[in-house]
Amino acid sequence: MNVDGSKANVDFGQGVLREVNVSLVEAKVGDYVLVHAGYAIQVIEEKEALETLSLWNSILEATPQ
Amino acid sequence: MAENLKFRNPELAQNIASKIKSLAPKAGKIKICHVCGTHEWTITHYGLRSLLPENVEVIAGPGCPVCIVPAAEIDEAVQLAQMGIVVTCFGDVLRVPGSQMSLLEAKAAGADVRIVYAVSDAVEMAKHEPQKQFAFFAVGFETTAPSTAVEALGNPPKNLSFLVSHRLIPPAMELLLGVGDLQIDGFIAPGHVSAIIGLKPYELFPRVYRMPTVVAGFEPIDVLMAIYMIVKQQSEGTAKLENEYPRVVKPEGNIKALEMMNKAFTVTGGNWRGIGRLPDSALQLRESLADYDARLKYGVHVEQGKDILLGCECHLVIIGKIKPDECPMFLKACTPEKPVGACMVSNEGTCRVWAKNVAAQG
Repeated sequence: MNVDGSKANVDFGQGVLREVNVSLVEAKVGDYVLVHAGYAIQVIEEKEALETLSLWNSILEATPQ
Repeated sequence: MAENLKFRNPELAQNIASKIKSLAPKAGKIKICHVCGTHEWTITHYGLRSLLPENVEVIAGPGCPVCIVPAAEIDEAVQLAQMGIVVTCFGDVLRVPGSQMSLLEAKAAGADVRIVYAVSDAVEMAKHEPQKQFAFFAVGFETTAPSTAVEALGNPPKNLSFLVSHRLIPPAMELLLGVGDLQIDGFIAPGHVSAIIGLKPYELFPRVYRMPTVVAGFEPIDVLMAIYMIVKQQSEGTAKLENEYPRVVKPEGNIKALEMMNKAFTVTGGNWRGIGRLPDSALQLRESLADYDARLKYGVHVEQGKDILLGCECHLVIIGKIKPDECPMFLKACTPEKPVGACMVSNEGTCRVWAKNVAAQG
């Protein structure tokens, strides 16, 4: 949501906003992050998520029954 | 993300399940082992085992970081609390039995024990109450250790110290391979530990042990996909390291987090509750941070505690030798409300996961 030094406000969905420590990641406003016990530990790549889904579909189509 | 729903899509699940069924060898069993309480939660909660053919089995290894903290280290935390130090810890840890008592029981007897959501909460508390001494009980695997490192290296207030009980996952996986009668055929590696450590620490499993290993995420489709990938490797006679979770796990992991961990900790041998001593499996604060090491600061050290209570079979559950419902105490003498062993206390404990999701069992 917004970044200030090592802290950021993260939207957890349904209007829940929490302050999260982002010193372990390179995150910009708008990024999705994986949060563990109050710390962002990785930036989640939406592109990767979408690619994963399409990769799964092609694996499942390719495997002979 | 709307795409999230696709990671729980039942049709996709059935599709993967039928691919697994068609690939699973007609003879012989495939035993897949994971080492993450959250993976066990996903598997149990979504009833994934009921989707698998009879010859594909998934067992739970020691993936619960709270369950494997030795009673001796709970005793150390209790000692600190009884000395008048404010002990802060994650919620799960509170009810884990020590040799004489849990932190909750110490609190009931008058000690100041406080649950925190994040280690930074402990730092804030220490800053706001400079007249008191604080200790943070740092439990967890590689997913949690970096946050302890961030705070320990961030010039914490002098009235705060750390009781470090972090453990590392790959040594536990190696241990499981040494347990002869377990006969594991493949590993599902934990996705969020891997977000930190990357893929390299698992390379020895396919390379040296011929063990198919797949790093998996935590949605039900992630886990099913990982099972499919392992079964596929088995059917092809290959043993590779694969990453099912590239949206979170980079091959190099989180470099920043690894650097912080390296700066704050050294790797040492450690005791695991119910397992014993594993070399190079625990973290301790470096000499440069000795002023913040609770054990050194207050001279607490408990060598041996009472890990397993009479009748408790947690030591067999955590290495996947028995399932929770094979323990005679399960849901009888040992329940989520009145737990006997650590596996029933922690939210990531195999027994508690089963107890809370019993309706989902196939």
